[in-house]
Amino acid sequence: MLNIPLWKRIAILGLVALGLLYAMPNLFYSRVETHNDAVVAAERAGFETPEQAAARAMWPSWLPSSLVNLGLDLRGGAHLLGEVHTADVYKSRMTALWPDLRDALAAQRDVIGPVRRVPGPEAELHVEIGNPDQMAKAVEIARTLAAPVASLSGAGSSSLDITASGPTLIVRLSEAEKAATDDRTIQQSLEIVRRRVDEVGTREPTIQRQGKDRILIQVPGIGSAEELKALIGTTAKLTFSPVVGRGTDPNAAPGLGNIVVPSLDEPGVFYTLAEAPVVTGEELTDARPSFDQNGQPAVDFRFNPQGAKRFGAYTAANIGQPFAIVLDNQVISAPTIRDAITTGNGQISGAMDVNESNRLAVLLRAGALPAKITFLEERTIGPELGQDSIDAGKIAAVVATALVVAFIIASYGLFGVFASIAVIVNVILILAVMSAMGATLTLPGIAGIVLTVGTAVDANVIIYERIREELRAGKRVAQAIDDGFNEAMSAIIDANVTTFIAALVMFFLGSGPVKGFAVTLTIGLVTSVFTAIYLTRLLIVLWLDWRKPQTLEL
Amino acid sequence: MAFRLKLVPDNTRINFFRWQGLTFGISAVAMLASVIIILINGFNFGIDFRGGTTIRTESPTAFEVSDYRQAMDELGLGDVSITEVFDPTFGAEKHVAQIRIGTTNETGSVTPEELNRIEAALKTVDPQVSFAAVESVGPKVSGELIKTAVYAVGAATLGILFYIWLRFEWQFALGGVFALVHDVLLTLGIFSLFQIKFDLSTIAALLTILGYSINDTVVVFDRLRENLIKFKTMPLIDVMNLTVNETLSRTIMTAVTTALALTAMLVLGGDVIRGFVFAMLWGVFVGCYSTIYVAKNIVLWLGVKRDWSKPDKTAAAEKSDLAGTPFQDMP
Repeated sequence: MLNIPLWKRIAILGLVALGLLYAMPNLFYSRVETHNDAVVAAERAGFETPEQAAARAMWPSWLPSSLVNLGLDLRGGAHLLGEVHTADVYKSRMTALWPDLRDALAAQRDVIGPVRRVPGPEAELHVEIGNPDQMAKAVEIARTLAAPVASLSGAGSSSLDITASGPTLIVRLSEAEKAATDDRTIQQSLEIVRRRVDEVGTREPTIQRQGKDRILIQVPGIGSAEELKALIGTTAKLTFSPVVGRGTDPNAAPGLGNIVVPSLDEPGVFYTLAEAPVVTGEELTDARPSFDQNGQPAVDFRFNPQGAKRFGAYTAANIGQPFAIVLDNQVISAPTIRDAITTGNGQISGAMDVNESNRLAVLLRAGALPAKITFLEERTIGPELGQDSIDAGKIAAVVATALVVAFIIASYGLFGVFASIAVIVNVILILAVMSAMGATLTLPGIAGIVLTVGTAVDANVIIYERIREELRAGKRVAQAIDDGFNEAMSAIIDANVTTFIAALVMFFLGSGPVKGFAVTLTIGLVTSVFTAIYLTRLLIVLWLDWRKPQTLEL
Repeated sequence: MAFRLKLVPDNTRINFFRWQGLTFGISAVAMLASVIIILINGFNFGIDFRGGTTIRTESPTAFEVSDYRQAMDELGLGDVSITEVFDPTFGAEKHVAQIRIGTTNETGSVTPEELNRIEAALKTVDPQVSFAAVESVGPKVSGELIKTAVYAVGAATLGILFYIWLRFEWQFALGGVFALVHDVLLTLGIFSLFQIKFDLSTIAALLTILGYSINDTVVVFDRLRENLIKFKTMPLIDVMNLTVNETLSRTIMTAVTTALALTAMLVLGGDVIRGFVFAMLWGVFVGCYSTIYVAKNIVLWLGVKRDWSKPDKTAAAEKSDLAGTPFQDMP
């Protein structure tokens, strides 16, 4: 055990050196951060401004430049946990299905009789048919509209659930299709939230799915969760819908297939619109803030070819009729069609200021959320509070290390010095591993590092106490040290595995800061075993080789 | 002769079972007291577990909590509590308050309008006040967080129980886990007694205590197993005493280094993290106590297999699984 081969010595010292190298950028945190930001910005833009070049030059590119990611509680920023109302999508799927189903059924009118839609639950389509005895035929027709479910778990099943109840044909999404739809809804929502957050250009946002229908959004550096909510919480669902009527009664019966929508800037005015829109915001290719002919803020947009074609055909057929621009269930404006609009360009104007037109353009560009998001948890941490926490944590960590080092040297003398070196290297290694992994350091994480400073010594203490015993039993120095290390091994392994179990549980069940703590604790466990067993042993062996002591005072 | 700080002298011969009725009794009484205190006092749950909103305000000028309360009362936000936060790391220019508002609506968050109203109201009594942090948790999430927290502590305990059972004997596993329950209960008890804020990070602290406490216990068990093999005829109680004496120095040393580090964090780490660090520090203390006075008493009462040199069939199977355990070298 005391004969450590040369390659092993080099490997151990090499690892320590590598750790030092990777932990070092954290000493120059803001400098390296400026450098990294400049590199990313230049890469994105494809060229480099002189300021970016200067910022990049602040840190040599051949040195590692990964930093420990600071958690929101240390850096300040906003944290949101949103729940996506996946069931919203069922309804719009049914609404979109109705015209197709109606046409398909109408084609067989002489067999199944006249059909009409009757009210039913939102996520279902209820259709009454004229000849209930021909229901089997109607079901068969409806089946032709179903498609196989495109997901792994639901493969082979049909997308629609079609049943009959008396004269009513009931169509709804099948369970497999619902599951597949939910999944798609979340993926889309994630993508759109990411685009919206990226559009405002904040650094390193975390946007991830959590559980079945939740989205976790963390944006460092943003002023408040409210700001973020305004950006993400808006569905930004834009439609261009035919206008059926205009009135002042919000409870007017709109007629089947129609909806009543309030006006945005005319209080008390309500429009009755066809529920199926002509074109939706999904068919926009671009949207940017502008001004209308009166100098009021507006948003210019352009349709994609399909959208432009559909819009052109509709406007050509309905000259002189009004149509409505609807955003999130509010009529922004309802102009009258003067000419067929075939260019695919248009403008939205209405009561908005410059900021709102900017935001609307961002939202339209990023696309509408497929479903509504409500927020279950929101946290804003001011940057000063984060800085205070970092400062306090730093001082506490330094003092803690100093205390432990002083105590351990007083207790074990020279061997205490070895253990102290191991403890300090351990902290450096934790930082290095966290930087390389891009792990996030939170305030509890700092406490975790401080705790590790205390417990990392434990392995050394177990070993040293064992060596003391072996010495007392009258063994020679080298033998005592060798036995001490060997005998202490199983206790060290057991002790660390149990802590590891606790850390693992925290990682999988915890969230946010707790998870950060678990990561720090786990990394600390691994590095502390390395420093306590390998590094300390190497230091002791080097000392033994050098001094060849006959007696040892421990 | 170099100077050595020795908290525990060499070759101690303390009889740790001399007052075992008393020491174990203290533990039992403390556990019972904890349960009673928890039942009576409950916990001072943070918003993580009961939903609602907290606002941390900072102001360069001193303020009166009663002024804040008056300003907030006029807003009619329902259940509002305001506490001033004191910390030695704050200078004279920093006055911090924590405002907690109960759940007002389904999602639990205060609306931006409400926040503006609160800020405006506070500004009338303290013009320089600013919000350092605003956190809001809905009742749906808080319910789930409680569930997850309970699962986490349960899962960690079971995992540790299983590992010790695998490595040692079931008596050890029971003894170790009983010590864990002891530590967790006593920690919960002190949180209830002093009404320290109980939130997600407290759970992290509890899990860390679990890990630390069992770590301590396992080192003693490891030595106990070794001694059981060495001294086959010595009465169990004497083997245990010998073991605890042999490992006493290590137990104390590690407790002291950990406590030193944590104390530094407790004093200097700022008020945000204080509850968390306090839980861990207390856990180190009770963990140390339970290692010496609780875990092995359970093993003593349950009795343990004495003849480790001729393993029975199950032990033989275990041995092949666990190559590298100390008893593999035995003839």
